[in-house]
Amino acid sequence: MVILLASSLHARGVYQTDKDFLDEVFDNAPPKSKKIMLVGKLRKSVEKILEHPYGSLRIRYWKKDGRTAWILQEIGKVEPITFGVEIKDNQIQDIKVLEFREIRGWEVRYPAFRKQFEGASLDGMKLNREVDGISGATLSVWAMTSIAELSLFLDQYVKNK
Amino acid sequence: MRMILIYNCKQFLFRFRFRFNNNFFKGVFIAMNIKKSVLTLAVLSALSVSAMAADPTNAEIMQMMQEMKEQMADLKKENESLKGEVEDVAGSVDAVADATDEAIKAQVKLSNKTTIGGYGELHYNAHRDDDNSENHKSQIDFHRFVLFVNHEFNDKMRFVSELELEHSLSGEGQPGEVELEQAYIQYDLTQKTNVVGGLFLIPVGIMNETHEPPTFYGVERNDVEKNIIPTTWWEGGAMVEHEFMDGLNAKVAITSGLKSTGSSNYAVRKARQKVAEADASTLAYTGNLKYTAVPGLELAGTINYQDNFCQDEIDGCGAATLYEGHVVYNRANFGLRALYAWWDIDGSAVKAVSADQQYGYYVEPSYRFNNLLTMNQDIGIFGRYAVWNNQDGSGGGSEYEYSQYNAGVNWWIDKDVVVKMDWQIQDNGSAITKTLDGLNLGIGYQF
Repeated sequence: MVILLASSLHARGVYQTDKDFLDEVFDNAPPKSKKIMLVGKLRKSVEKILEHPYGSLRIRYWKKDGRTAWILQEIGKVEPITFGVEIKDNQIQDIKVLEFREIRGWEVRYPAFRKQFEGASLDGMKLNREVDGISGATLSVWAMTSIAELSLFLDQYVKNK
Repeated sequence: MRMILIYNCKQFLFRFRFRFNNNFFKGVFIAMNIKKSVLTLAVLSALSVSAMAADPTNAEIMQMMQEMKEQMADLKKENESLKGEVEDVAGSVDAVADATDEAIKAQVKLSNKTTIGGYGELHYNAHRDDDNSENHKSQIDFHRFVLFVNHEFNDKMRFVSELELEHSLSGEGQPGEVELEQAYIQYDLTQKTNVVGGLFLIPVGIMNETHEPPTFYGVERNDVEKNIIPTTWWEGGAMVEHEFMDGLNAKVAITSGLKSTGSSNYAVRKARQKVAEADASTLAYTGNLKYTAVPGLELAGTINYQDNFCQDEIDGCGAATLYEGHVVYNRANFGLRALYAWWDIDGSAVKAVSADQQYGYYVEPSYRFNNLLTMNQDIGIFGRYAVWNNQDGSGGGSEYEYSQYNAGVNWWIDKDVVVKMDWQIQDNGSAITKTLDGLNLGIGYQF
């Protein structure tokens, strides 16, 4: 039991703060955040990707040197999972679980699983590749895939704006 | 001169209308320009009129210039004021959006304290027994209707429950049951360790903890896990769960145990007490280890030890141990599930009916075609070979063995809703009195 309690990491909780994630993406000099209002066609597109409305009126993002960073939330089974996504050249550079609140499915935060998203881009509104799932974590895998698609879509949107 | 003035006026009016229609705020500032232009026009008109009358003196020109300067200063002030107002409005919009966002998040957080979910499945079975027509089965059944109610007390402690109505109708003489399959408190001891207390699912097999219809192939749950593990299996007690490293997870539990009887030939499935005024004369211990560090792969094993398989009620019935191991592998569209489970039960009474050894295994390859019909509608095909035997001990053996082939299709009409069909063929031992071949159809959902 003593060995069990000695551990310091987490299956459930905050893995990385928003600030630490942004510092990592932008070499400790993150730009000021910008905001997108989810209205009109954009709102409908976001709803189509997630298959439900996004839980906020606006989405914040950070953009510098051709790189964008997104901090987005999506429900796994019942609780929101917070993801951090870094995009450059229309491709995902990294996707991370910043905070996990579900009872099951935390395996999506493992580097070996996240690595599948590196270099992924959009084909239409879907990822251009299949992601191998995790038994017992299907809903968390779906949530991460949706957020990957959403952030790539929004990255294109702010570029074309 | 008058022609020029009229032309200039038209130009300004045109520019104003055009810009106004395109952008309100730009229009405001253009309006300011127009004010300046109108003023200029007025001055020029005055000059032109006076030019026709008489040349103005230097003093008059200076006075007019002074008046113009004062008017320009007034306009500048007005302009600044309007700019401020526009900024105020933009700031207010931002503030309102911020406040609304916060209100939504607060409401979501509040409503997320208690959440509901569920799943269900309707089954149709059309089975034939070529050796005995009395065993023919043609039946439609709402097999399971399940509701989850969970509550988050705080960041570290939560309540999880699962209430199930089986076979639609429960009560005296009715085929169904209302069952409490989960009701426990989970508390995060550290960031990687949690404890569970209450009534929970035993961590064993592939389907015991995850059995929502869209997550597996086949209308009915496979018979190996049903008859050997026995899924769905829940007990009351305490459990510690710990994640040693990325992808290596362990669970250890002390719980109530099974209670078997001779009337069921000590078949494991009939020994479940379901934590309903359960005999707790003896306890059970479970250890589970799971490895999921490789994407798409799950390797897991469980050992469950029962102090006494019959809760000390039957002479000749002793301790029992379950050994279970399985692999789940999903690579792109390909899927594979394989499981082996084996019970070793002590006691002369158990041996007398060959139930001291009970085992089963199955292999299930599958292939899923993504977005085959339309976007987000997948179709998967699978095959399964399963063998199980609840009387494989001394004196028993292959004559009590069931073997079954299944092949079928899952059609996910939504990622949470699935229509299923499969065909089963049994090839059973000589001592088995019922051999059922035929069709299974079903629809299932989760939310």
